[in-house]
Amino acid sequence: MSSETGSHDNVPDDEKLPRAHEGHGETATRGEDPFANPGLPPHENRVQDVDERAAKRSERTVALFFTVSMLATVGFIASYVAFPIDKIIHVWPLGDISALNFSLGLTLGLALFCIGAGAVHWARTLMSDVEIADDRHPIEAEPEVRAKVMEDFRQGAKESQLGRRKLVRNTMFGAMALVPLSGVVLLRDLGPLPKDKLRHTLWAKGKLLVNENTDEPLRPEDITMGSLAFARPEGLDPHSEDYNTEIAKAALMLVRIEPDDIKDKQSLDWSYQGVLAYSKICTHVGCPVSLYEQQTHHVLCPCHQSTFDLADGAKVLFGPAGHPLPQLKISVNKDGYLEAQGDFAEPVGPSFWERG
Amino acid sequence: MKKLSARRRHPLAALVVLIFALAATGGLYTALAPADEAKAAKGSGSSLAIKEGKKLYAVGCASCHGTGGQGSSDGPSLVGVGAAAVDFQVGTGRMPAQKPEAQAPKKPVKYDQAEIDQLAAYVASLGPGPNVPNKSQYDPNESDAAAGGELFRTNCAQCHNFTGEGGALSKGKFAPDLGDVSKKHIYEAMQTGPQSMPSYPDSVITEKGKGDIIAYLETVNSEESDSPGGYGLGGFGPVSEGLFAWVFGLGVMVAVAVWVAARTAKAKKS
Repeated sequence: MSSETGSHDNVPDDEKLPRAHEGHGETATRGEDPFANPGLPPHENRVQDVDERAAKRSERTVALFFTVSMLATVGFIASYVAFPIDKIIHVWPLGDISALNFSLGLTLGLALFCIGAGAVHWARTLMSDVEIADDRHPIEAEPEVRAKVMEDFRQGAKESQLGRRKLVRNTMFGAMALVPLSGVVLLRDLGPLPKDKLRHTLWAKGKLLVNENTDEPLRPEDITMGSLAFARPEGLDPHSEDYNTEIAKAALMLVRIEPDDIKDKQSLDWSYQGVLAYSKICTHVGCPVSLYEQQTHHVLCPCHQSTFDLADGAKVLFGPAGHPLPQLKISVNKDGYLEAQGDFAEPVGPSFWERG
Repeated sequence: MKKLSARRRHPLAALVVLIFALAATGGLYTALAPADEAKAAKGSGSSLAIKEGKKLYAVGCASCHGTGGQGSSDGPSLVGVGAAAVDFQVGTGRMPAQKPEAQAPKKPVKYDQAEIDQLAAYVASLGPGPNVPNKSQYDPNESDAAAGGELFRTNCAQCHNFTGEGGALSKGKFAPDLGDVSKKHIYEAMQTGPQSMPSYPDSVITEKGKGDIIAYLETVNSEESDSPGGYGLGGFGPVSEGLFAWVFGLGVMVAVAVWVAARTAKAKKS
């Protein structure tokens, strides 16, 4: 680490210097070949290479970085011991933050940064910076080395008696062939297969449409022209354990469009006086699509910009989605509340192989 | 001048000229653009509000929305939009629209509140619609910001972002930032569904729910609410944050790597 060694290392560099010069001069004189290799440019010494005092200064700077890093590590341990976990301090310009988090981050960051900065400064000022060209070597080993390896292998095979003791060999192959089976058996945990779960939601004939905001069943007159409402099936408790699993499939968005403006015949038949109920789950990768533009009746998915036309059976207008949003057939019951006429006719959400 | 001429082949010269040209064009436009103050005579009596509003309407609105509010190819029908829609659209400067575009943006208000009230009274007389909310509706004494946050995330956050920063929609439309919108105008927007936004009538989000949403927005966007992450980069999420990380984060790393491998200061040739 001493600068004596550093400057000693640099002595051969100075000796190489004239050689580089020679090489350069040599190619330059061969004027007849315009594409001749010009060789390396002449090496120029750094201040630290010629001035021992400058090298000493660099050494001290590097040592200072490493010392600061050591102190910062000590500071890290001290902060861990000193600060209680719930102490909040005000640090400009960060605001109110945890004293423990702030000091741990600051000291560890400083410790790591100083090691890096010291190493970089060391490399830039003291380590040799002489340009060298390294020739490529063939990857293949020497013929003698290869012959020796093959001979060793044959001898090892003979000494282990692998060829002679057939029982040992065969049982070993058997054991090694069977071990991976344990991994194959564990793949069972990827299952069980979803069976028909992907094709069915909680919606069923006669289930009321419950307003997500008010927890009250919706009436058709609640959905005014240009409004947007979200509904879940009656009986699904938002605090139940399987709520997220079920709402992820059953989430429903409701809009009202002038029946004359609904272009798709089946969509019109499945609506009630212009109230349309569509799945809120994008058919691309299952994001909730509900960026509804009420003037155009387009609904946009925030993830990949798939755009669906709710006035035309939720046909895909743009983006990567492969299917229209499934529509839920709705009607009203005798009390005037909106109710489902059954489950979605097709699987909601992203496509899958067996979807058809 | 000679100095300037000497630098005309500098690599950055084209950029400097471009910036000057842009600044000059923008400045000239601002200075010379017609300030179309479409102001009409102020009305006085509230009993005459509808009549006065009709006069204002004929001057400022009828060219697009039709002489009787029936709408035209340039503007939708105003029958049944109610006083709240007028108070929002005119009160935030969105109407009268400056030019046909994807979406009429917020701009300086052209009418004073008395004129807006007269216009609202006239439009409300065309057909039944939501009234301008009163203070107890949009700024109730008791509100639940936590419940409002839940409602906001279910109904509003898909377009307006988690704390109302807004975001992009299709074909140049966008959901605006809600940070500097007055409570009354937020309430009116939920009630009437301006432009691309769907409406949320009381049957979808109750009056109390709307008050809670306003309380939530006030809580998360107020001066007191902490921003522990520091500068929020607009709060838009991955687009601005990713751009920052790629341009500045990686840019600094590339610059440092170049510097580390660069030639160090050489000793003077002796």
